[in-house]
Amino acid sequence: MGSCSSRRRFAGRGPFFVADLSALGTALAATLPAGVLLEANIARGAELVIRIHRDSVRNVMTVLRTDPRFAFEQCMDICGVDYPDRAERFEVVWNLLSLTHNHRIRVVASTDADQAVPSVTAIWPTAGWFEREAWDMYGIAFEGLEDMRRILTDYGFKGHPLRKDFPLTGHVEVRYDAERREVVYEPVKLQQDFRNFDFLSPWEAMTTLPGDEKVHLNRIAPSETSLLDKPQVEDGTAEKQP
Amino acid sequence: MSLTTADSMPPDAAAPGVTAEPATETRRVEVDSHTINFGPQHPAAHGVLRLILEMKGEVVERADPHIGLLHRGTEKLIEYKTYLQAMPYFDRLDYVSPMCMEHVFALAQERLLGIEAPERGKYIRTMFAEITRIANHLLNITTYALDCGAITPSLWGFEQRETLLEFYEQVSGSHYHANYFRPGGVAKDLPPGLPERIRAWANQFPKFIDELAGLLTDNRIFKQRTVDIGIMTPEQAMEWGFSGPCLRASGMAWDLRRQQPYDMYDRMDFEIPVGRHGDCYDRYLVRMAEMRESLKIIHQCLDQMPEGPVKVDDRKIVGPKRGDMKRSMEALIHHFKLYTEGYHVPPGETYTAVEAPKGEFGVYLVADGTNRPYRCKIRAPGFAHLQAMEVLSKGHMLADAVAVIGSLDIVFGEIDR
Repeated sequence: MGSCSSRRRFAGRGPFFVADLSALGTALAATLPAGVLLEANIARGAELVIRIHRDSVRNVMTVLRTDPRFAFEQCMDICGVDYPDRAERFEVVWNLLSLTHNHRIRVVASTDADQAVPSVTAIWPTAGWFEREAWDMYGIAFEGLEDMRRILTDYGFKGHPLRKDFPLTGHVEVRYDAERREVVYEPVKLQQDFRNFDFLSPWEAMTTLPGDEKVHLNRIAPSETSLLDKPQVEDGTAEKQP
Repeated sequence: MSLTTADSMPPDAAAPGVTAEPATETRRVEVDSHTINFGPQHPAAHGVLRLILEMKGEVVERADPHIGLLHRGTEKLIEYKTYLQAMPYFDRLDYVSPMCMEHVFALAQERLLGIEAPERGKYIRTMFAEITRIANHLLNITTYALDCGAITPSLWGFEQRETLLEFYEQVSGSHYHANYFRPGGVAKDLPPGLPERIRAWANQFPKFIDELAGLLTDNRIFKQRTVDIGIMTPEQAMEWGFSGPCLRASGMAWDLRRQQPYDMYDRMDFEIPVGRHGDCYDRYLVRMAEMRESLKIIHQCLDQMPEGPVKVDDRKIVGPKRGDMKRSMEALIHHFKLYTEGYHVPPGETYTAVEAPKGEFGVYLVADGTNRPYRCKIRAPGFAHLQAMEVLSKGHMLADAVAVIGSLDIVFGEIDR
């Protein structure tokens, strides 16, 4: 088999233990300077999420990457999310993965169209394209990103298509004009109005109807608990309490 | 050349005499480099890759992939569809391994809904994820060999792949875009006789892998094209966000099926093939070895698969049986509600990832309590792999860039989304 070696199965324990993640979260809260961590919780008992201010992105990411207790060697994903109703409408989300410790973390910072977010390309070069994509799709600027070109949209595209106020159909359509022998851009002409149904029924959505309590209680996970409220808690003791 | 981007053209390369301003000093610079446009319509680009290569003679100096020619706005479209309607979009991402894409979306929804598929459903998903992995590797290895000058493997490989796609058809009714996995299980149970047919195929497949290996593994031409080409050290592979076979070829024993198991992988006995050099040849070897491991998992799934339901018994998420709809008014209402309004997913966010044949395929799903995803970011492994194209091909010949693209297993459906 040439240069391929095989590694036997090791007695690996399952990932995503709440105890591990809360220990990780408290360790992180203790390591970072006070006030940097705006929020930390374990979503649905499975995913560690921290919220930071965009100015501290570079410091936090450096700690996450270099500190051997965290050792997030890989930046798996960076993306934006648009919440038009908020004061700072965009969220930037970094999903990091540690191969050494086999854990993940999600870092969230908010920004708006004018405020640049520090780039993490110096820490993970792979961040370059993900940041370009966030710029292309949302118009989130990254300070320190050398190559801030659009990536997925057309050459000369205008607008940021994943913003909630960008129409699904877009603004221009493209066709080949046989007479002019070139591709022409024209404003979108819809043969039929775009129909966007609002399915939010006033009668039954996620509300629990009489008789359905059992089903809903089993299905919907308990609310998230913040790790910042009890930063001094010992490992595992919190989980043993009923 | 007029095909360069503005920044890829060296500023000194402007022809003397063209500039209108009075030049105080005339500089003559001879630049022995030229830029070529590889693709977007090139058979070795594995899709619509426009690769701008700055060459020094026949050596690649700089490689700048321009992607997005297959951008269909999947993420935007998903925001306007119900969860159930969004599922078929995932087939069309990495169209070489559709079911693994569905798998991640099904798992992400299951996490948010707080449901768990019944055991038989999980076994079926695990088995079809592995069938998909073999189908993917068969296509990749053989077309990769085609890029390197070998035609026979692709002719042989497609024959085997066709059998796998027939299994797809038998469970889902569709040859390719299966839309078979569902949150909470799979759409339908296996038809009678299919486990036996899968078993019969799996019994003859090792012979095919041997034949394929016989064609390629010790082939002098193939080795000359791939050994020591596009080397990625483990550190580089990590910082460039590599995953899957590309990361394992660099010597990292990392596999989400083992490290963060989902569905039935924690009960499966299989090995993780690891390369040593991180070159194109190792990436090929890892994929070959992975096919054998996948085969082991398929056999184990067939052996262990219990009888029972294949999807959760919750009429708010999974549709009623056809027979019930003929008799029960309530079933009819459930059916109507489910396929018009869909189901509501409680508010929350999740990043769920699976070990797709190409690497870590993740989805960051934001639900706001309605019947449609608020945001669905798709993390495609090929996106990160292609980004490292410049690192991998710098200093190599033009023909080696083709081998590098082939070894990275690039599919534009998932990269451009």
